Amino acid sequence: MADINPIRLWRRFLALPNESLTKTLVFAFLVTFIASVFVSVSAVTLNPFYQANLDREQRARMSGMIAALAGMSDIMSGVSVDELEVRIVDLASGTFATGVDPVSYDQREAARDPNRSLTLPEEADIAGIRQRANYAPVFILRQDQALELVVLPMRGVGYQSMLYAFLALRADGNTIAGLTFYELGETPGLGARISDPDWLALWPGKMLADENGDIRISVVRGQAQSPLEIDGISGATRTGNGVSNMLHFWLGEYGFGPFLKRLQSGTLRL
Amino acid sequence: MKQSLAYLTDPLVKANPITLHILGICSALAVTTSVSTALTMSCALTVVLVLSSAMISAIRHHIPTAIRLIVQITIIASLVIVMDMFLKAFAFEMSKRLSIFVGLIVTNCLILARAETFARQNPVWPSTLDALGNGIGYGIILLIVGTIRELFGAGTLLGFEILPLVENGGWFRPLRVMLLAPSAFFIVGFLVWIIRSRRPEQIEQPEFRILGHDETGEA
Repeated sequence: MADINPIRLWRRFLALPNESLTKTLVFAFLVTFIASVFVSVSAVTLNPFYQANLDREQRARMSGMIAALAGMSDIMSGVSVDELEVRIVDLASGTFATGVDPVSYDQREAARDPNRSLTLPEEADIAGIRQRANYAPVFILRQDQALELVVLPMRGVGYQSMLYAFLALRADGNTIAGLTFYELGETPGLGARISDPDWLALWPGKMLADENGDIRISVVRGQAQSPLEIDGISGATRTGNGVSNMLHFWLGEYGFGPFLKRLQSGTLRL
Repeated sequence: MKQSLAYLTDPLVKANPITLHILGICSALAVTTSVSTALTMSCALTVVLVLSSAMISAIRHHIPTAIRLIVQITIIASLVIVMDMFLKAFAFEMSKRLSIFVGLIVTNCLILARAETFARQNPVWPSTLDALGNGIGYGIILLIVGTIRELFGAGTLLGFEILPLVENGGWFRPLRVMLLAPSAFFIVGFLVWIIRSRRPEQIEQPEFRILGHDETGEA
């Protein structure tokens, strides 16, 4: 009859020599088990605080960008992010979606849900995001009823991380009013410099598309030669390419392309 | 009692992990551009070091020989992950400035060195004191380097302006080199020089002799 008294079993286990295979296996299991329980419990406990910090930062970035948009300061006084109008766009048709609550809609969560997102064909997925949610929020800012700014959320793969950005466009749907990154994990001092105010200040006034309507905006190596180009950051070529690809994806047919066409042709009921 | 105290005080100067053992240099270069990051990093490292040393010391008689290092790294890594999440939850801005360097505490040779050379062979209490002493010793050097770099690189200490900058109407022109990694190398080098000239016993024997141009090296 085997001894099943746990205390005695435990003593017997501890008394095994440290070279024993049984002890090695059981010990490895115990250490990893305890460590994983410890890490999981901490993660579950601390995650709400982290998410709250992220949300706060996203809102602060948003208001920071709006406040920094060139020439907007006169209408900006007293306007905070919460007073922006948030609308939900059905990306496939480019129209405003009804029946989706703009406040509670979570684009990232929707992108993970196969029923509410689109698996991108490989050749179209230049931003490297794989799944794209069917709906996306846009932020609309008006002055005296007239459309002043449209802010589009974007994401795309940089050199080593996912870049999350807001692109603000003027009412013509083609002139950039500002760009900001609110979450990225690029190399500090190199790729991470895309969130430097100095570099972001290069964007306002640039154009998305040329006279034929083709999206041409890109981050180039070296100096920009036209309103369709942005100076690259030396040592961060691949992050710059990531930014270009992100813009091309989100301004293209799988992104906000249909929405922007409607916006420019005036067939969108705002 | 006297011996316990020595565990705690020896690593401060006499056996300082950075200046004597030249351990933990990577983070010492990376996080010392300002005093606040240096301070946070030192605290995070000290907490991880003390907890990991105490735990490893507590189970030291039963760690299987074959997986000794893996067990130690698992314990250290779990503590570091939790520390990283803790900073993200309660010191979000600071954790962004420290970026990957909190996570890199796992690979900080200082922690594994204390686990391997001390905690694995000594009882819990001396190991804890030794870890605390090493953490503080690391922290002292980081604070010295951080103070010099922030003061001369940005004219501030803990964000408060000490030397009025030219651009704010003062007289001080910041030394931008202080904000770059090499300056930390120079400062650590000077600290090593100062300590070793006061304590010649720390000077290492050269591993080989550099020959003069007229010597052949044959006996």
